[in-house]
Amino acid sequence: MADALPRPAPRRRLLVSGLLLGAGTAGAVDEIVFHQLLHWHHFYDRASGDAGLVSDGLLHAATFSAAVAGLALLADARRRGPFPAVLWWGAVLTGAGAFQLWDGLGNHKLLRLHQVRYGVDPTGYDVAWVLPGAALLLAGVALLVRSRSRPVPRP
Amino acid sequence: MTALLALLLAAAAGYVAATWRCRAPWPLTRTAAWLAGLAAAAVAVAGPGAAHADLHAHMAAHLLLGMAAPVLLVLAAPVTLVLRALPPPAARRLSRVLRSAPARWATDPLVAVPVNAAGLWLLYGTGLHTALAHRPALAALVWLHLLVSGYLATAAVLAVDPAPHRRSVGVRALALAGGAAAHDVLAKVLYAYPPAGTVGAEEGARLMYDGGTVVTLATAALLWRRWYVSRAAVRAAAQPA
Repeated sequence: MADALPRPAPRRRLLVSGLLLGAGTAGAVDEIVFHQLLHWHHFYDRASGDAGLVSDGLLHAATFSAAVAGLALLADARRRGPFPAVLWWGAVLTGAGAFQLWDGLGNHKLLRLHQVRYGVDPTGYDVAWVLPGAALLLAGVALLVRSRSRPVPRP
Repeated sequence: MTALLALLLAAAAGYVAATWRCRAPWPLTRTAAWLAGLAAAAVAVAGPGAAHADLHAHMAAHLLLGMAAPVLLVLAAPVTLVLRALPPPAARRLSRVLRSAPARWATDPLVAVPVNAAGLWLLYGTGLHTALAHRPALAALVWLHLLVSGYLATAAVLAVDPAPHRRSVGVRALALAGGAAAHDVLAKVLYAYPPAGTVGAEEGARLMYDGGTVVTLATAALLWRRWYVSRAAVRAAAQPA
């Protein structure tokens, strides 16, 4: 066993860890900054209807569960030795960008669950919501593509 | 309510007596977790939260009884203790019962967690909650049900005690997240449509939502922590390439 190298974490598990942690972190930032600190979003705005109640509750539980699972899988990947950081960061950014885009386009516009801010014209806020999401997603995908051409580092 | 408190007291006495009969020394932290869990349940049952008209006070009691107490009780590993304290023939009989089909269903996270969530929806989503105010015996039964079904759901997710066919960590984490989602949606529904004849519904719903998040986060952290240090995961991580 002396020459046995620690087995690097399988690519797929690292991908899952990054995607879960990215989406979970984006959801937590949304919750903490816009719900708790700025109070732009409401617990329930009495206008969004029953679909909003279900979607908000589901998304909340899903994001914090994803963050915990992503952290545990990350810890497991790190103890396996060589850690392909580019791949993992690519997955994190992809997860965060996908969540932000879904929140901005799907939740706010398609389903009209709630808006970014109330009492003002939401267009500027929508752009400020969707563009960073798209940028995160693109950066993440670019890193993922780059990580394919770069082999896992060996110690 | 007195019967419920007597039951909790008996559970405390039974556990402590079993630790004395245990052949190997039993960890003190587990005994402490069991007693703390029972104390949390007792505070919920006897405290001001037992008033059904005030949803805010009631939700504090619900969180203690249905969520916090079960986590502490599960960490105390009562089934393991009983199996070690009983004489071998009786322990074998008990483990046969635990392997039977009904026991396996009751401790399957894909059954226990939905049953726990459905019970909450039934209690708060229908008129049952307000009907309890005038029926103390029925209320005591519902309290007991909250504690037991909360315990079964948490036990199924955390799997501290031995289980014949344990679900994988991913399935258990998904069941936990599904239960949390049902809990969150119910809290939002209670906020939007307060049950008739209650006050403090908005504060109560927010407490249910936030408190539920805290307990579920702690449970998820415990679940993944137990997976991280489990023998199978450690061995898989150390395997040669």
